[in-house]
Parts: sequence; C-alpha cells; structure tokens
Amino acid sequence: MSAPNSSYDPVEVAALQPDALAAAIEAATAAFAAAADLEALKAARLAHLDKGAVAAARREIGALPPSAKAEAGKRVGAAMDAVRTAYEAREAHLQEQAAERILVEERVDVTVPTGRRPVGARHPVELTQERLMDIFVAQGWEVAEGPEVESEWMNFDALNLGKDHPARQMQDTFFVDPPDGGLVLRTQTSPIQIRTMLTRTPPIYVVAPGKVFRTDDLDATHTPVFHQIELLAVDKGLTMAHLRGSIDHFVRAMFGDVRTRVRASYFPFTEPSMETDFECFACLGAEAAVRGDCRTCGGSGWIELGGSGMVNRKVFTACGIDPDVYTGFAFGFGIERALQLRNGVGDMRDIVEGDVRFSGQFGMAV
Amino acid sequence: MRVPLSWLAELVDLAPGARGPAVAASLVGVGLEEEALHGGDVTGPLVVGRVLTIDEAVQKNGKTIRYCTVDVGEHGQRVTDGIPQEIVCGATNFVVGDLVVVVLPGAVLPGGFAISARKTYGRVSNGMICAEDELGLGEDHSGIIVLTDYLGAERSATLQPGDDAISLLGLDDEVLEVNVTPDRGYCFSMRGIAREYWHSQGSPAGGFRDPGAVGGIPPDTTTGYAVHLTDSAPIDGVPGCDRYVARIVRGVDPTAASPSWMAARLTQAGMRPISLAVDVTNYVMLLVGQPLHAFDLHTLSGSIVVRRATEGERLTTLDDVERSLHVEDLLITDGGREPLAIAGVMGGATSEVTASTTDILIEAAHFDPVTVARSSRRHRLTTEASKRFERGVDPQITAAAAQLAVDLLVEHGGGVADTGSTDVDLTHGRTAYALDPALPARLVGVPYSRERVVAILRDLGCAVQDDGDTVSVTPPSWRPDLVDGPDYAEEVARIDGYERIPSVLPTPTAGRGLTLSQLVRRIVATTLVGRGCTEVLTYPFVTADFGDTLGLPSDDPRRSAIRLANPLSDQAPLLRTSVIDSLVDALRRNVSRGQRDLALFEIGSVTRPVPGTAHTAPVPGVHERPDAATIDSIDAAVPPQPRHLGIVLAGDTERSGWWGKGRPADWADVVDLVRATASSLSLTVTAEPAQQAPWHPGRCARLSLADGTPLGYAGELHPAVLQRLGLPARTCAAEVSLEVLVAARETPAKQAPFSTRPVALTDVALTVPESVAAGEVERTLREAAGAHLEWVTLFDVYRGEQVGAEEKSLAFRMAFRAPDRTLRTDEVSGYRDLAVAAAAARFGAVQR
Repeated sequence: MSAPNSSYDPVEVAALQPDALAAAIEAATAAFAAAADLEALKAARLAHLDKGAVAAARREIGALPPSAKAEAGKRVGAAMDAVRTAYEAREAHLQEQAAERILVEERVDVTVPTGRRPVGARHPVELTQERLMDIFVAQGWEVAEGPEVESEWMNFDALNLGKDHPARQMQDTFFVDPPDGGLVLRTQTSPIQIRTMLTRTPPIYVVAPGKVFRTDDLDATHTPVFHQIELLAVDKGLTMAHLRGSIDHFVRAMFGDVRTRVRASYFPFTEPSMETDFECFACLGAEAAVRGDCRTCGGSGWIELGGSGMVNRKVFTACGIDPDVYTGFAFGFGIERALQLRNGVGDMRDIVEGDVRFSGQFGMAV
Repeated sequence: MRVPLSWLAELVDLAPGARGPAVAASLVGVGLEEEALHGGDVTGPLVVGRVLTIDEAVQKNGKTIRYCTVDVGEHGQRVTDGIPQEIVCGATNFVVGDLVVVVLPGAVLPGGFAISARKTYGRVSNGMICAEDELGLGEDHSGIIVLTDYLGAERSATLQPGDDAISLLGLDDEVLEVNVTPDRGYCFSMRGIAREYWHSQGSPAGGFRDPGAVGGIPPDTTTGYAVHLTDSAPIDGVPGCDRYVARIVRGVDPTAASPSWMAARLTQAGMRPISLAVDVTNYVMLLVGQPLHAFDLHTLSGSIVVRRATEGERLTTLDDVERSLHVEDLLITDGGREPLAIAGVMGGATSEVTASTTDILIEAAHFDPVTVARSSRRHRLTTEASKRFERGVDPQITAAAAQLAVDLLVEHGGGVADTGSTDVDLTHGRTAYALDPALPARLVGVPYSRERVVAILRDLGCAVQDDGDTVSVTPPSWRPDLVDGPDYAEEVARIDGYERIPSVLPTPTAGRGLTLSQLVRRIVATTLVGRGCTEVLTYPFVTADFGDTLGLPSDDPRRSAIRLANPLSDQAPLLRTSVIDSLVDALRRNVSRGQRDLALFEIGSVTRPVPGTAHTAPVPGVHERPDAATIDSIDAAVPPQPRHLGIVLAGDTERSGWWGKGRPADWADVVDLVRATASSLSLTVTAEPAQQAPWHPGRCARLSLADGTPLGYAGELHPAVLQRLGLPARTCAAEVSLEVLVAARETPAKQAPFSTRPVALTDVALTVPESVAAGEVERTLREAAGAHLEWVTLFDVYRGEQVGAEEKSLAFRMAFRAPDRTLRTDEVSGYRDLAVAAAAARFGAVQR
C-alpha cells in the first residue's frame, strides 16, 4: 500500500493499470467458475471480491493525483462490477444446483402403501335410504319416523288389516310376549302413516323410512330384519295421477330415464290399489337376445317396484280424517331391494352380516 | 291359478291369433299378474312314427340299445331316397308296428332342448323316440310313449305316420299361471278368469259363455236329503253357512275312469286325477269356483246338520290326521252327531268316497269366509276349498255347480240322479250402493264420463240404476269385494285401463327439510367414518342370558328386556337394551373371517321397557278415531326405544406397515371417537372415571355434556366379558345416547368471540398423588386461571425417580390471550400462579 500522494509524484501505480485489472478480473472469474459448491465460492469471494487485486487497486486510487483519480476510479469501478457480476452469476447457478440436488435427494417412492389410518364406510342400506329420503325432501316432503316395537292397532287394525288377516298370524309377525299384549315388531313402515295422521292435520306429505321385521329365516333372498320407505300424501284433490307422478319421479331419480307401467292390485290399506313395474335399467336399449338373458329383470324387461294406492277410507276414518274432504295416496318400497337392484348386490346375507368388506366397497357413496 | 288356454278359449273368445304371452298381457291389464307361462314351447317336426324294424344289441356298458327304422311319412330326411328314418333308442317297451312319437332334427323340446342328428352307440340317430317326460307331459321315463296305450285304441286307429304330434298331444296348449289377489276370489275359477279376459277385450257382446249358466236345475223339493243349517255362535253375527245344496247320484260305476280330457285339464291345472267322483268335484270347482264335497251316501245315517263344534270333539280328516276341534270350527255332521267334515276346509275319513262307493251325495255350500279362514289357520290346513271360501265364493253358483257335477257323474259314471233335490237358501240379495259417478274421476284422476262409469259397471255384472244424481249400483253375487265407492272407482279404472292414468307430480306444501335427529345421525355417521369406523346394522335380538354374559349387576335396568313370544331362535328371544349387545356379534363375525383391525359402529334403537309397566296396548275399534285417552294408553304401552350410538374397536387403530409398527386401539381412542362425534356437533364432552359393566372397572369413562347431562360410557371392555363373548383382548367400546346429542343441538350453535392478539404460552408441571384424576386437575386449572385463559391441555405424564412412589407429575400447557391487548409476562405468570394455587389447595399439587 502507498502513502497518500501529497507531493503529486506522478508515479504510475502498477495495480491500476488496465492490464493488471483485466488480469485480476480474469483470475477472479476463473476462481469463481472453479468453485464447485457454495462453500468454495465463499472462499473465492473472499480472495477475489472482498480482498484480492481489484480491492487492492481501489485503495491505491487515494494516492493518485486528483487529475488521475477520476479515470482510475472509473476503471477500478468497472473491474469491481465485472468481478461482482461474475460472482453473482456463479452464486445463482450454484444455489439453483443445490436446490435441485435437495429435491433429487428428497425423492421418495410414492408407490408404497399409505394406509396408516384408513377411513371407514357407511352402511349402503342407510345410504340408499338417505338418498331416497333426499329425493322427496327436495320436493318439499318431510320425513316421519316411528317405533320398531309397535302396537298391533297401529300396525294392523288402523290399516284395515283385521284380526283375520293372514299377515297377523304368528308365521309372519313377531309378537311381543305375552302374545295377546297388543305389541308386535312392526311388519311394515305403514304404522308411521297412522301415527302421522293422528298427530298432523292435512295437507300431509311425509316420507317414512325404517326397519321392519318378519319371521323369515335369513337366506340369500330373505332377512327377518329389513328396511322400507313409505310415502303418504293426504290433501284435497289428490288422485292416482299424483301417485303415479310421485312414483315416476322416484324411479327416474333412482334408476335413470325409464318408463313405468301400472296395473290393478290389492292391499287392505289402499283402494284403489296399484302395482308398478319399471323398465329394466340394466338391459334397456340392448339387443333382444341380451335382454332375454338379463339377470336384473329375469329377461322380462320389467322390474316390479312395489304396491301403492289411494288411502282406504277406513284408514282415514280410524285416524279421524274426513274421507269425503281429503284423498291421499301411499306407496311402499324395500330399501334392500333398491340396493340389490342399483348396486348389484346378489346375496341378502352380505347386507345383514356386518362384514366390513361389504360396506367398505361403497365408502359413503351408493 | 293355472289357466289352460284351450279351456279358456271354450269360455271366452280369445283375440284372433292370441297365444300365451298376449293373453297374459291382457290379463295383466285387468290386474291379474302373470306368474308363469307353461308349455307351448315345443317346435316341430314332432310326428307320429311307425316302428318298422328293431335291431337290439347289448352294449359294453351293459345297456340294451335298439337300432330302429321308423316310418315318419313325409318328414323323413331320407324319404326321397326311400330309406326310412334310422333312430337309436334306449327304451325297450315297444314292438315292430307300434305307433310312437318321433322328434326329428330341427325340433326343439321343452326347456329349449334342440334336436339334431348325432352319432350315438356307433350309429347316427336321426332324431329320437320320445318318452313322456321329454315332452313335458309327465314324469314318466320308464319307456317311450306307445300311442295305442297312451291315447287308447280308438283314437290311435286313425293315425298315420307323419301326422303332427304337437297338436295331437296338446303340446301346443299353453297354461298360464296367474296370481289372484285376495279380493278377487272369483278368479280362482275358469269362469272368473274368462270373464276378466272378456273385460280386457272390451266385453264384446256374446264373447263370454258363462259356465255357471246351467239348465235343468231342479228346485228344492221335500224329497231331497234332509239338511239343517244351525249356528249357535256366529262370528261377527255372520252365520257359518247360508246356503247348502245337496244332490244325490246313485249307481255310479266305481271303476269308471275320468274321461281323458278331464284328467288332462286337472293335470294342466296342477291337480292329480284320482277317481271319477273326486275328479268331477275338482273339475267343477276349477270351472266355476265352487268347492264341492262328495260323501259316500251309505256312510250317512241321518240328516246333514251344519253346526259349530263342541268342546272336546275330534275328527280324523282325509289327510289321516286326527284333529281336536275348536268351538269356532263349523262342522258338517251326520244327524247333528258325528262330525263328517270341517266346513269348507276338509272332509273326514269316515264318509270319504272309496273304490266301492256307488251312491254319492254332492255338497255345494256357501260358508262364511271368516269361519273358514280361522279353521284353516287353526288346523294349519290350507286346501283348494279353504283358499276359495276364505276369499269369497259366489253364493248363487251352488245349485249350478251341483248340477254340473251331477251331470258329469251321470254321463261318465253311469249313475242316475235322484229327482229329489235339497237347496237350503238363507242368502240375502245384495243391497244397492248409491255411487257418486264423479268419484272414480276424483280418485283416479282420469275424467270418466257418467256414461262410461255406468257402462263399465254394467259390463262387470252390476245392476245399475241411474237416478239422475247418484247411480244406484247392485254388485253381482260373485263380487263380495264391491262394497264402498272406492271399490267401484278401482273397477272403473281397471276396466278403462290403468295405463290411462296420467303422471302428475303433486305440489306439496313447502317442507322444512330433514329433522334435526336425521341431520345429527348423518353428521355422527360421517364423522365416525372419517375417523375410520365402518357402519353395520345388526339384528336387535339377544340371548336370554345376555345380562350375565355382559356381567350386568342383578338389579341393572338394562337387564329388563322385551321378550318375543315367537322368536326366530330360542337362542335369541330378547330385544337388545344397548346397541353394543348385538354390535359385538358383528365384531366377532368379522374376527372369525380373518379381519383383525376393526372399528365398527351402529346407530340404532334399543328397547327399554319401563320397570313396573305391563306394556300391554289396547286394540280399539277402527270405525272412528280412538279417543285421546286410548291413544295415550297405546303410546304408553309402546316401550321407550331411544336411539343409541354403539362403537367397538379391536386390533390396531393405526395400521402397521413399512413405516413401522401399528398402534393398538385403546380406551382413549374410543373416548376420543365420542369426543370427535360431539365436537362435530359443536358439543364438548367431559369424562370421569366410572365403574360400569361391561367395561373394565379401571378403564371406563362416564361421558357427559358440558352441562352435566349424562351421555354414555366408553372405554375398554372387561376382560372377563371379552372372554365370555369370545372377543379379542383389549376390545374397546362406547355406548352413547343419540337422543341426548340431538336434544343438546336443538338450539343453534353460537359463536364465541376470539381474540386476534398474540398468544402467551406457559407450561406448568404439577406433582399430585397417583389417585388424582388428570381431568380434575385440568378442570381446576381452567376454573382458577381467570378469563384470559384460552385453553389448557395435558401434554406429559411423568412417573419415576423425580417424584414420589405414589405420585405422578402432570405437565400442562396453558394458553392466555386478552381480547384487546397483548398480555405482559408478569400478568401471565400471575394467572398461572393463581391456577397452580387452586390445584395445590384442592389436590396438594406441588409445582416442580
């Protein structure tokens, strides 16, 4: 280092010579380029940017005569910029490289199993029931429910199922002990109709889902405990056309754009009564040969839906509703049957046994 | 009801060219559902053949095989070559010259069995000589059909080789099986089905020939067999028998066979031909729907007396079962003494027509449907007769039915009918109903005109008088089901066509959506599924000793369960009082099927009878709404059935895998599931130690809502209970009242304000005696830490050298925050010290 040049001695400082600066830039650039990682670059920065030839040259400027300072300063500044630019370029490059290396090093095998905490599943009968409810709730119907251990009067008498009706015999109905105590396990969701009509005043539009019981042994097609969903509408001016409209809507919502057909039938709690079939959604539109072998509809092209009809006047009377003022309709359907049809469930036992592999196939969607 | 189409065609004009499917469709249109279509599925060539040569050889397998040539007329494949048909046959019951039935290549036999020429036993067989079973004519496969035996010499005399055998054997006749609903008893007859088919075709004039329109019926005479109708105990005021026709035919040849057409029709209808007398009664029943009974006249000693049974009477019925009779049973008796038959159900053995019977008394009676139904059920005896009487038989067909039977016995049995005839007729004519002709349209939604309504009812056989305002309708005698306006409305809709009913969506009043209870159930289920639980639905039936199995104390209210009078299995006669009573069955089944890590839940009702309550419900009448007191007593008799949530956990809750070992489900997991459930409903749950069966006494939490409302229990099940139930060790369970969750959520969840200022965290470790519950300490800290405490949580439990032997150290983290400013450190320390002081005062807690 030189002392301040107070005597204006026109000494040429070697370090400030353009050649020397150029050499210093070159040396610095080479050193930066040679730095393989950020650690090495830090050392090179110390040697060529923080210290080193250019930094030294800058300190020499102070010793120059004022007339020479400006030019030398400009030269050294340019050299400094060049070195810094080279450094920053290399630093950016090395940083980018390091980031990329980390991403490579952190790579995992995404094909390994991940099921540390598997989710569970809803029961598809419940899901189907909810779906059916929602179809009607969306139209403004409300949901009604009732007890499973039910009075004989609600389950039978009030529904015009008199004491001599075959359904009231021991071979179909679970009776609560003692058998003459007037209590049964409800054989249908229809007692909810009675409870609804006893507690609400028309207009009534309710959908009534629930568990029902019959003394059938469990096999591939029967279960002593199953589920139904029931519609009851009581209003002024309701006709079988409204019944049919409600059924058609339900069928389309559940099974797609299929037609229905209706025919006369008989149920004690409705008069007139009606049976509905709908076109088999599984083979609709297929060739005749395929339709003939369809396992969903048995080759007939039609699927039996369920019974319905206009509420019997006797049922209204038992509930204190004036049958000359109001008309109403009722419709019932088996949830298990809907599930079997829509979701291809072949064996009833799978539905009732609670095997997690059954519900697990559905998750929360039917 | 099985309907042979050829028989139907005798009674009603079938639509031109109508075969089984078309007839079935027509009947479906008027409400007679098709069950099945039998027959009519044979396509030819199926022809008469004459056996020309037989070359018999015993085969290696020991069977005797005949290589035959058969003349099949024009149909032979090689007829042009002058070579008769070569057929290989395994039967040996025929000789050269016999007429047989030959199916030729290209034909299809019942069951879609296609015939082709094929090589068998070394030679090509160009078809097959048929046995009965191969043609669907019967079960017989003992030999092939020899037509001279099968049809009789007379009928087979005119046959030529090559004649079509399909029509010859009636194989072109189809038998339609229809389902008859209980209101249409008259359709248990060809007469009724034919009438319905006629209606399906628009009831064309002359198109229906009523087989009940029989001529030559003698009136009741004093010289007929004496019959007395009595009833000391009518059911619901209806006499057991209101019509009894008795006719006698003498000198019937007991060896006379039923004509083959009659036997064939009985077979087609699903009945077995037995003897002329029996076949005639069955045939007439199928034809007009009137069950008949044939008595051997010589077994009767007195007049026929119809009466109710008396206590202790017995009768051996035709099925050789000795039955003890009930006072409600209606009997046909000999002179009022010995029972001869249970009216309308089954006859007795003593008066049965036998192989030596020559003189026959034919009974054609009308019995009360309820009386017959009860007897049939009481004796578990469903017969063709009881099936019809229960559903209602035409009370005005009796005399015609008896006449049909008499005529057939005379014609085919060589008998002579007595001129004396008995017809005790106590029936009343039907009363007219005043029908509002607008009612069908009002109920059905199709604008039927008054004229259309009247025309349809007349077609149905009703007597209709149109008096301007209402129409006065008297139903025909065979329609006991037509009583009220809607009955007629259904008839109008049915005959006009249900397909004409339009599809119109009703417009309900605006609804309120799902009920809170339903929403809560969905939320609970969704939360649990997200937490890894699978929903199951179990049968609510439990064993008689479930209380012992679960170790419930002898006075535990959960032991008082509703018992079924007729359970499916005597092993499970009770209804569950907790969901986990039956939920454990599903867990055990899954474990037995190899599942190990299980989390199951069920939302369902449990039945909790009220101690000291009889749970006996009145059964009021239905002619008016029961009064409020009666409805209340019905409701009181129905036992409470609250909805519960049950959860069971077994195996690992966090699965093992490449990441390491799994974590077994423990008591805390099941408690946390309940907390999560409550939390998803914006409710908080507190736990305190409890000793409650069937849980582990040291690992059971009584769960309550923040306001103290009891919610249920959760924890690890008692090891002894697990052993008795055969469940995996450490199985955990929870039983929670869903009703409590619903009730707690009845008011909308309210938002509490929260601060956006910085939080100040501080930790405190407290040494307490082992017996002190962490939850209690936590509650004390929370209560004493002042209003700025945001939360406090236990984050470590230490036992060991640094604390005493019967002590533990509980480390809590407390978070403080003020709503309006940043708390100073000294403020936070002050709140913490207050909390610690409270814990020290209450539990002797010492800060470490």
